[in-house]
Amino acid sequence: MNIHEYQAKQIFAKYGVPTPRGIVANTPSQAVAAAHELGGNIWVVKAQIHAGGRGLGGGVKLAKSIEEVEQLASEILHMTLITHQTGPEGKEVHKVYIEEGADIKDELYLGVVLDRAKEMPVIMASTEGGMEIEKVAEETPEKIVKVAVDPAVGFQGFHGRELVFGLGITDKTEQAKFIKFAQALYKVYMENDAEMIEINPLIKTGSGDFLALDGKMGFDDSALGRHPDIEDMRDISEEDHDEREASQYGLSYISLDGEIGCMVNGAGLAMGTMDTINYMGGTPANFLDVGGKANAETVAKGFEIILKNPKVKAIFVNIFGGIVRCDRIANGILEATKMVDVRVPVIVRLDGTNAVEAAEILKNAGISNVISATDLGDGARKAVEAAAAQ
Amino acid sequence: MSILVNKDTKVIVQGFTGKEGTFHAEQCLAYGTNIVGGVTPNKGGQKHLEKPVFNTVKEAVNATGATVSMIFVPPVFVADAVMEAADAGIELAVIITEGAPVRDMQAAKAYAVKHGMMTIGPNCPGIITAEECKIGIMPGAIFKKGNVGLISKSGTLTYEGANQVCKEGFGITTAVGIGGDPIIGLSYKQLLPMFEADPETEAIVMIGEIGGDLEIQAAAFIKENITKPVVAFIAGQTAPKGKRMGHAGAIVSGGAGTAAEKMAALEAAGVKVVVSPAEIGKAVKEVLTK
Repeated sequence: MNIHEYQAKQIFAKYGVPTPRGIVANTPSQAVAAAHELGGNIWVVKAQIHAGGRGLGGGVKLAKSIEEVEQLASEILHMTLITHQTGPEGKEVHKVYIEEGADIKDELYLGVVLDRAKEMPVIMASTEGGMEIEKVAEETPEKIVKVAVDPAVGFQGFHGRELVFGLGITDKTEQAKFIKFAQALYKVYMENDAEMIEINPLIKTGSGDFLALDGKMGFDDSALGRHPDIEDMRDISEEDHDEREASQYGLSYISLDGEIGCMVNGAGLAMGTMDTINYMGGTPANFLDVGGKANAETVAKGFEIILKNPKVKAIFVNIFGGIVRCDRIANGILEATKMVDVRVPVIVRLDGTNAVEAAEILKNAGISNVISATDLGDGARKAVEAAAAQ
Repeated sequence: MSILVNKDTKVIVQGFTGKEGTFHAEQCLAYGTNIVGGVTPNKGGQKHLEKPVFNTVKEAVNATGATVSMIFVPPVFVADAVMEAADAGIELAVIITEGAPVRDMQAAKAYAVKHGMMTIGPNCPGIITAEECKIGIMPGAIFKKGNVGLISKSGTLTYEGANQVCKEGFGITTAVGIGGDPIIGLSYKQLLPMFEADPETEAIVMIGEIGGDLEIQAAAFIKENITKPVVAFIAGQTAPKGKRMGHAGAIVSGGAGTAAEKMAALEAAGVKVVVSPAEIGKAVKEVLTK
């Protein structure tokens, strides 16, 4: 799960990670009130969406008067912001964050993620703040300092020293401030079961203070149960409606651009099915993993969600039953044809647990647009052919 | 021969009396797995599936001599269960449970390594030595005895791969589902040399996914150390960037961990890489009949 910048900064503040002062607003008049409360004579109006690249997309603007705050807030609120991370359809802005202006001397980068190879959290820092870190990693990897921290002992003095010397921070007061910042951020990461934290840019002010000018946090979904305060920060409007609806039925769904709907058990086989459709010359319309507890209701729901996409010309049901029983899937398909208008051919490949019973169920039902397949390759080929014939 | 487990391996089940634990322990027993007991706190002294139940792993190990534990406890108790097994001297813990927090697994894995215990999983189908010992949730019937070793991040692709190998007239020595979570136990790099050393295994199938760099490490290892033919498939060639595909922990961010990168590395290491999982069986036939 991801949260907004203003929410990440609320968490940062609790741990003593310094941020500029700011207030979230849902309307232009709230934005004006926020600017008055913050005081000063310069403010930043920032669109709150779960995607990077907001500045370049026109979602972050500087205001030099209260009137300008109001004007910018009304422009940004409800605009559809398109960035390199939103996809071409963009995202609608529902909230803006009004922040006091900051005196920026240097822009740095600081993040914490899991290093899968070392099996430890790694703190990444760079002098190249404001740039995409992936780009820095590709073009000038020597400009990224990486420090892995063993959670069994936690953040040590040497971790801090490696960071500041790696970044070329020479002033002793600044060194101490930066180390304190990084240590606090590591604590934020560990105590909240974060999956990643990214501050880009982290700025050094004219007076030598470090401030988190931006804040991005993602969390380990498996650990949300023990963080009800973070679960409360969930913004449903940021999530894809169909993906969310699917997850309520234990289905994991992601829509894609192609023509062949897929319903598969297991994430690996689901991806493998998409790859096979592609290999046979077709295009997958979605990723859909029915999970280990599939029944008639969830299968019917799956069909409904797949068929909402008008581009879908055929559906390939590919089940290798281990925990999932094929007869349940077969019943689900029958159920679905009663509940939903299945307007396209459905290619069905059921193998594994209770496959024989399942084949019998489908045969006896005699539904005209259900085509059975003997194996994965056969099913994918038939699905591609059926879609092409539509 | 086989790797890690065989018909004589003594297995206990942690989370023995729960719904999942009971169902799958029953299936494993029916397959022939030598389950010698189980652990459920406060049910010690009882019998379940005609096997003794213990309060702690230590008691179970002392009484039965078990060396392997199959773990079915709920997600938030997984780390505790793994550490208990390691502390009790278990040699291999097979963690089936899905949804254990990453931070917990980080601590549990580090503890296991420190105590010399191997782990498989979490969030995996388990390990099976065909027609001898099934420790996990895979449909046993599709694994016929043979000469192909299998290592897979994905559960259902394990079944798909094994099924195709058997349909081509070959069979499986041991198949290991290693799971696709960010932190896992035994991986390609540890399992490949075991298959290399197993006299019965003549070819190895490895099934990977997008995300992480385990397959890249495996490619480097194969190039230097593996003489047996390897067939590989990497799932997720058509997956969009930055999206998590289900619970597989398969995520591609930036350039690292793409299917194309992994496939290229494996090919460069002399591995027979297939573009679709539907080709696994044929590719195995090809490398074995060369």
